[in-house]
Amino acid sequence: MQTASLEKIFVKGNEAVAMAALEAGCRCYFGYPITPQSDIPEYLSRELPRLGGEFIQAESEIGAINMLLGASAAGVRAMTSSSGPGISLKQEGISYMAGSELPGVIVDIMRSGPGLGGIDASQADYWQATRGGGHGGYRIIVLAPASVQEMYDLTMLAFDLSDIYRMPTMVLADSVIGQMKESVTPNPRPDTVLPAKDWAVRGREAGEVQNIVKSLYLGDGEMEKFHWKMQARYQELAEKECRWEEVQTADAELIITAFGSTARIAKTAISMARDAGMKVGLLRPITLFPFPKKAYAALSGRCKLFLDIELSTGQMIDDVRLAIARDAEVSFYGRPPGAGSLPTPEELFEQIKKNYPAHV
Amino acid sequence: MKQVFARPESLKDVATHFCPGCNHGSVHRLVAETLDEFGIRSETIGIASVGCSVFLYGYFDVDVIESPHGRAPAVATGAKRARPDRIVFTYQGDGDLAAIGMSEIIHAANRGEDITVIFVNNTTYGMTGGQMAPTTLPGQKTSTSPYGRDISKDGSPFKMAELLANLDGVAFSARVALNNPKNVLNAKKLIKTAFRYQVEKKGFSFIEALASCPTNWGMNPLDANQRVTDEMIPYFPLGVYKNTANL
Amino acid sequence: MRYDVFFAGYGGQGVLLAGNLLSYAAIHEGKNVSFFPAYGVEKRGGAAMCTIVFADGDTGSPVVGNPSVSVLLNQLSFDKYAAKVKQSGICIINSSLVDIGGIDLPGVEVIKVPMNQIALDMGDVRMVNMVACGAYIEKSRALLKESLEAALKKALPERNHKLIPANVKAMEAGAQAARG
Repeated sequence: MQTASLEKIFVKGNEAVAMAALEAGCRCYFGYPITPQSDIPEYLSRELPRLGGEFIQAESEIGAINMLLGASAAGVRAMTSSSGPGISLKQEGISYMAGSELPGVIVDIMRSGPGLGGIDASQADYWQATRGGGHGGYRIIVLAPASVQEMYDLTMLAFDLSDIYRMPTMVLADSVIGQMKESVTPNPRPDTVLPAKDWAVRGREAGEVQNIVKSLYLGDGEMEKFHWKMQARYQELAEKECRWEEVQTADAELIITAFGSTARIAKTAISMARDAGMKVGLLRPITLFPFPKKAYAALSGRCKLFLDIELSTGQMIDDVRLAIARDAEVSFYGRPPGAGSLPTPEELFEQIKKNYPAHV
Repeated sequence: MKQVFARPESLKDVATHFCPGCNHGSVHRLVAETLDEFGIRSETIGIASVGCSVFLYGYFDVDVIESPHGRAPAVATGAKRARPDRIVFTYQGDGDLAAIGMSEIIHAANRGEDITVIFVNNTTYGMTGGQMAPTTLPGQKTSTSPYGRDISKDGSPFKMAELLANLDGVAFSARVALNNPKNVLNAKKLIKTAFRYQVEKKGFSFIEALASCPTNWGMNPLDANQRVTDEMIPYFPLGVYKNTANL
Repeated sequence: MRYDVFFAGYGGQGVLLAGNLLSYAAIHEGKNVSFFPAYGVEKRGGAAMCTIVFADGDTGSPVVGNPSVSVLLNQLSFDKYAAKVKQSGICIINSSLVDIGGIDLPGVEVIKVPMNQIALDMGDVRMVNMVACGAYIEKSRALLKESLEAALKKALPERNHKLIPANVKAMEAGAQAARG
């Protein structure tokens, strides 16, 4: 019997997000209660005041995202969190933040919808997250943790990426990952070299440049120029920041692709398939935007059969289809979110059997 | 010869886009003079709203955050909490503050955020072309109330200075006007008091400035100023509604 | 080795605390753990359930369709989940509250433990979850009793540490009853 490592802590995914935010130097949190993410504001309402930070339970999700906008514009690390109905309300502010090139971390612990929906896990806000969600044509960085450790590590990363690329960054999980408890190593903040926030409003001495944080572009060609600049930034993200996990893909005849909670469930289904002699692997995108297209392109050069699994009726599959080689095929298995629709490993194993290529 | 009048340092040396006779320029100037007189220009962050006031950053020589429509008090809250050592003010019109942004202003005020809110009430949506505002007077014709504001359907105009004064979180609330020299002088005094509240960290301060909008009212500037006296001030009485620290 | 266990009952029976306890015990043994709770909208009296997966390597899915071991503390849980226990698995039921009636679970070892009665005999019906944990480790052999004792210190708030000896006794009584 081993003695457990002293540094490890046993916490909920949502708590790991809050702990990582504090370690990342986030001292301003603005939120509004909604299940299944309320552990995050609860944790931070307890801890932020002790650290001299600011916690505000805002009047609405709209209030919260705009407080985030204000704090980010003032140059500090700040965060908000919510779930579907609240994330919808935040889209106005997210669009303004994107238009103002503001960093800021937004955590979305997805629940089922549309409308009030339910509190069960969902992956049906993939489109909303990865397509920008608000008006005007923009993208945000989207990270999809699949474990409590990743809730911690990717929240930390979210602050860095958000600062480096000056884009709102979303940690996209669901109530499985948010409510699940696992042991976590609370890694210290990495000493990433970050660009100076010389664009932030701060009040300034005479002669210093006036900093304006804005998204209004009225001059001839100004708006277009902004968009081209952002397109170049998205391109740079795609080249430098794609992250994904591959499990047993080297000899795979069928590659499962899934993110977050369904990827976790699929892992056990893949073990069951391997035990049954089937060569099945997993490709799990960790960055949903930028989507790791190169990983799909590379794998589909060899393995021609993919099975996309989602807790929705199929959203990420659009990106998978665009990323895989033309002669590769992708099938889909998904269930709309809601009470009782969380797939089990046994259920996914059945799907693997059904989709496994006959010639093998 | 002694110079007795000059552009405040807190204002840039540029022409504004405001229409002839519009009072926004006057309010800008009074706020800028106040920043100069307190010597706080270098530590001030302005929060622009949506409407005619959106170009705040073009006229004020201070750092500015442009906020979504109505959200300036929430943006100001975030900025002030992040930088409590700064002077943060919002500058909002009536549609922005009293319609789409009613929730944000009420809650920022109720939390007693240490900010100053400059609310310019001209009873109409100026920038979008003179539509009915939450402060449009009963019977007032606008492009979306062509038969006059019908209070049985549209409700009555909001009296924001009085409404906010009722909240425990509000330290200072006053209504001023800019339609004659006497009112301008008084407006200057009270705007300065509002900022003094923030400089002395004494809590949330609110100024409602009654302003003319000759273009959308279809009047010349003088008639518009007269309308402020004849129609607006009787409905929106000038005065100090709350002054908790007697500044 | 990868173990999984499903606990279910109604809110107030300490199902989530039991799950936490087993998790801490597994961590104490150096294992990776996934603890996945689920509960009704109500704070009290609704359904409460949790799945605990622990392994030397990856825990994989926190969701388990056919548990190796299910511990079912009330009738509703039994009616809903007993049939899901996997072949050659174990179904431990609280026979104080569960009447298995004519239900047959072929290929599943059914262990009946009068958990409420035992907990009452030990002095407090609230220890029903400890009795259940004792029965679980006895039948599964997945965790050491010592690990659960160590886990009690972590899972219980400091002010309740004085209750640890009584809880250990309740676990032992559960184990004893499960041995039959």
